[in-house]
Amino acid sequence: MSVLSNRIEFVYYFDVTNGNPNGDPDMGNMPRVDPATQKGLVTDVCLKRKIRNFVALAKGDAAGYDIYVRERAILNEQNRRAYDDLGMSWEPRKLPKKGEDAKAVTEWMCKTFFDIRAFGAVMTTDVNCGQVRGPTQITFAQSVDAIQPLPVSITRMAVTTVAEAEKQSGDNRTMGEKHIVPYALYRAEGFLSPHFANATGFSEDDLQLLWQALINMFDHDRSASRGRMTARRLIAFRHDSALGNAPAHKLLELVKAGSAAGRSPDAPARTFEDYVVTFDEAGMPAGVTAEILL
Amino acid sequence: MTRGIQIKVWGDYALFSRPEFKTERASYEVLTPSAARGILEAVHWKRAIRWVIDRIHVRRPIRFETIRRNEVAGKAPYTSARQAARGEKPMPYLVVEDDRQQRAALVLRDVEYVIEAHFDMTDRAGPGDNPAKHLEMARRRIERGQCAWQPSLGTREFTAFFGPVEPGELETVPDALRGERDLGWMLHDIDFADGMTPHFFHAVLRDGVLDVPPFTPRGRAAS
Repeated sequence: MSVLSNRIEFVYYFDVTNGNPNGDPDMGNMPRVDPATQKGLVTDVCLKRKIRNFVALAKGDAAGYDIYVRERAILNEQNRRAYDDLGMSWEPRKLPKKGEDAKAVTEWMCKTFFDIRAFGAVMTTDVNCGQVRGPTQITFAQSVDAIQPLPVSITRMAVTTVAEAEKQSGDNRTMGEKHIVPYALYRAEGFLSPHFANATGFSEDDLQLLWQALINMFDHDRSASRGRMTARRLIAFRHDSALGNAPAHKLLELVKAGSAAGRSPDAPARTFEDYVVTFDEAGMPAGVTAEILL
Repeated sequence: MTRGIQIKVWGDYALFSRPEFKTERASYEVLTPSAARGILEAVHWKRAIRWVIDRIHVRRPIRFETIRRNEVAGKAPYTSARQAARGEKPMPYLVVEDDRQQRAALVLRDVEYVIEAHFDMTDRAGPGDNPAKHLEMARRRIERGQCAWQPSLGTREFTAFFGPVEPGELETVPDALRGERDLGWMLHDIDFADGMTPHFFHAVLRDGVLDVPPFTPRGRAAS
């Protein structure tokens, strides 16, 4: 597994239909909105959570693909329990040399956990050892146009407590509220630094897994709140060198989303067909290769 | 001391955490010298040099916004990682539901700065390290958009884009930044050779320009 040795930037488009891609805990879980522009936001950590979940699902128990920052419902855990029930021991891990220092521990953590390799981790409470920066940097995703979140009131035909039932004389209904974005196309930008890949051992194979996660992660993240979310475009710029051959912003600006031909300027976008994502391939500087992954 | 360089940096968001508000992070009004140094180090750095920030130009009006996120509360304990590495204990991990905290961050929106800096040679400079070479390398990288890693504006999710400063660009100042603005005590940098001691300075923004006083580390002699 060769360690990533090229600088890479990527542009990633995904959309949501009648769902809430990322609730804002400050706003009663309404979709995140930039108050100045009314554009929708999806935080970096929200996207990283989905990448972790996808990798856990895709790689299962495979050595080297553990996930350090977990959600509770992970199928892996079930597999592990089976291990324990059968009285089988953990697969033996390589024992490091005696007198190993914090560096060896950090290395071991990187080798064991995909998310530490990709995103880095703060590895001890001691300031001086074991903090590792990962190569993958993702920014907040922002919607291409302003969004208009809709509150949707819903009724539940049951109540939780007897007291509630008595109060309603057996009518037993409660109202709830969901917040949805009817439709929005979001754009996220990402950066991969070979400098940090070197520090965590993030390999070309890991990169391919990261692409796979970005392309497929929404298909494994269905829930009542999210509606339909789909990855739409993923274009990566691979520099010939570790330092890079062009400014990041110039590459990212080559990919743009605009209104599709024939769409009335007043009509709000409701499907991906209302947009057209263009990539100005002619504007590519020398020494950078575009990889159109989706 | 060598001749200085200028670099323009910009981005949608920035978070230069005030040390006194670290649980719920709140940003300083402007880029701190220590964050500016970090940006330059992402572009070019060798053991032979030490970046010194001379001046920071604020190029856009100062605007704040709040973002609240679910974050984990804990850090990975070194001892359990070591025990797992030795095979004594099962692998450690964090369960986000058990170790969660919601933290707000007061961040800056739509920022652009011009950093004026120079570098000093350190005692780790080798015979091949001359100031002209490093100056040229830094300039070339700014011009070409090359960097060791993409710099960020305080935290890594807030990416910094960078480029050279156009001639005459600094002659205009946004109206909102005219006049004098006392920013109070601001983090200057951390003295890593002196037990990670933070140093502060009295920051005053005059017509959008923050003059940064010299940093005199106690941990080593000033050069």
